Amino acid sequence: MNKDGDLLHTVTADNISDSRKRLGKFMVWGTALFCVMLALLQTMYQAGSIEIGFETWRPTLYSYMLWATALCAAQVIVNGEKGKRTLFVLPAALFVVSLVIFPLLFALYISFTDWNLASPNGPQPNGWNNLVQMWNDSFYWNALTNMVYYVLAVSVEYVIAFGLALLLNAQIRARKFFRVVFLLPLMLSPVAVSWMIGKSMLEVRFGPISRIIRDLGGEPTFFGDPEIARFMIMAMDAWTFIPFMMIMLLAGLQALPSEILEASKVDGASGWQSFKEIIFPLMMPVSVTAIVIRIIFKLKLADIIINVTSGGPGGATDSVTSFIFREYRDRSNVGYGTLLAIVYLVLIVIFVTLFLKLVSRWMERPA
Amino acid sequence: MSMIFRDHEVGIRNQSKWWVSRTAIYSALSIWALVCLFPIFWTITTSFKLAPDVMKGNLIPWWDFTPRWKGWESIGLSPRLLGEVSTVREEFFKRFWNSTVVSISASLLAVILGSLAAYGLSRFSYRFGFMKNSDISFFFLSQMILPPVVLALPFLVLYKSLGLLDSRVGLILLYTLMVLPIVIWIMRDQFQGIPIELEEAALVDGLGIWGAFMQIVMPIALPGMVAAFILSLVLCWNEYFFAALLTSTNATTLPVMVASQTGSQGINWWSMAALSSAAILPLVIVAIALEKYIIKGMAAGAVK
Repeated sequence: MNKDGDLLHTVTADNISDSRKRLGKFMVWGTALFCVMLALLQTMYQAGSIEIGFETWRPTLYSYMLWATALCAAQVIVNGEKGKRTLFVLPAALFVVSLVIFPLLFALYISFTDWNLASPNGPQPNGWNNLVQMWNDSFYWNALTNMVYYVLAVSVEYVIAFGLALLLNAQIRARKFFRVVFLLPLMLSPVAVSWMIGKSMLEVRFGPISRIIRDLGGEPTFFGDPEIARFMIMAMDAWTFIPFMMIMLLAGLQALPSEILEASKVDGASGWQSFKEIIFPLMMPVSVTAIVIRIIFKLKLADIIINVTSGGPGGATDSVTSFIFREYRDRSNVGYGTLLAIVYLVLIVIFVTLFLKLVSRWMERPA
Repeated sequence: MSMIFRDHEVGIRNQSKWWVSRTAIYSALSIWALVCLFPIFWTITTSFKLAPDVMKGNLIPWWDFTPRWKGWESIGLSPRLLGEVSTVREEFFKRFWNSTVVSISASLLAVILGSLAAYGLSRFSYRFGFMKNSDISFFFLSQMILPPVVLALPFLVLYKSLGLLDSRVGLILLYTLMVLPIVIWIMRDQFQGIPIELEEAALVDGLGIWGAFMQIVMPIALPGMVAAFILSLVLCWNEYFFAALLTSTNATTLPVMVASQTGSQGINWWSMAALSSAAILPLVIVAIALEKYIIKGMAAGAVK
């Protein structure tokens, strides 16, 4: 067994004739040439240098798909059995590469232009101007700082989720009922949640929660004060995503070897001792996985903010995504917005890589 | 060693301790159940309230307010309006249908592409240039950290030039891309749990590798595929960011419809509540009916 797991080894004797190989190569290169020709033609048509062309780029897309299909088919034609194995991974790989790499390269290009959708000139390269503007944009830095707070909130979510998982794992009746109920928030769309909780339950005049606070003698403000507003966003996001961590941790708890727990009980460990010395350390890999995935989801946080506060008051609740969303929608400032997005991508790639390095020693399962 | 009998002092102490812990556990469970259920209860009941009920803060139907169909009438879904022609209802069903088509096709596509890739990666060793199996897996999984905001604008421009803006196909492609890493993550785990001897036996008996996959492995991995499908379905159904940016009239999904209502002049409580309830109900039903699969899907990567 190697580190990739148990592999299926097949021995095949393929006799592939030269003409078959030639056919495969011809298919790939022919369709590729066709696709490139079509793309060139379209570029020339749009630039106005020739008269004949299509209205949209869609024919180019079709020819690209034709090329992709030919590439997949050619794998089998040229490589025989080996090609059939490649065929498992190739479609997904082609799909991801064409939908991620090309747009990313394009985004990189746009981010160094002064493109504003409202301006008639289209994208004009403007060198490092966007970067300088970003450096002086206090709202962007503010949004990044907020992201740090939002990510730190994951630790509290983790504690609550672990507690709930322990509760669900205890000897209780109606376990299935509680599991379904606890799972429900995860099913709801963030947009609906932002109305249900953010705009109606937390409504200052009639919302049930404001009513309770007023009955207790307080004066409810939820989205007026920056600190409270940020906390409210965190709480709503936590409400939807705690079930996610809870389920992962519960699965981990149920997979714990019961002999060890019984042995500790026989040796007279109290509940707290067996949690601290046995359950928690054994749960480390699962915990780290759950936290990493939760952080990745957290870094995309936007829907609730866009719909409840639009980043207010004064940018206190802005996440990077919601900030860029407004940059696009309200100011049509796409060149600058895309640069911000690319910088954000670079930052989170660095952050996640470092974080994974840091926690990797806890990810290994004790033998 | 202390003697433990029911009437003994130690026994009684133990028993009272047991009762205390039981009460603590069940009260904690009930409090969290309340936290989870109250917003849903609030939304559904509000959709049956009139303005005075909302302002007075009435909570319990039939006891402190009489349920009315007013909220549901505003999206054309009350018993009185069901027989009549209603433009709002048509609008709602159009959005609902868009959401359904987009999320089901995207999840289906993701499960097909993802399962094939995951199976390949868990069974054969590949070399694409410098990339080996673990690198390819990492490449797929690393798409998970890609924030949607980075892709949003390039796709806006790309779709504009391809004529895919405001179309369902465009959304389907994007959503497939979005859930593919998760599907691969779940399915790789599923396939690794299937003993390789099964396929070896199938190969000896004369099936090809694709035959072995289709006839032997697929049926075994089907529950895992269903789990991955349901999880993708939930994520696609709830997606808002891309839908808000890339659709305008034809292909808008339910979340966009809900969000666009909140922005307008002073919130119309009952209609918003009805709309929100209608938007969340399908998934609430899915959650209750298919809870087993959802949990299985999320647990897949965590353990083992």
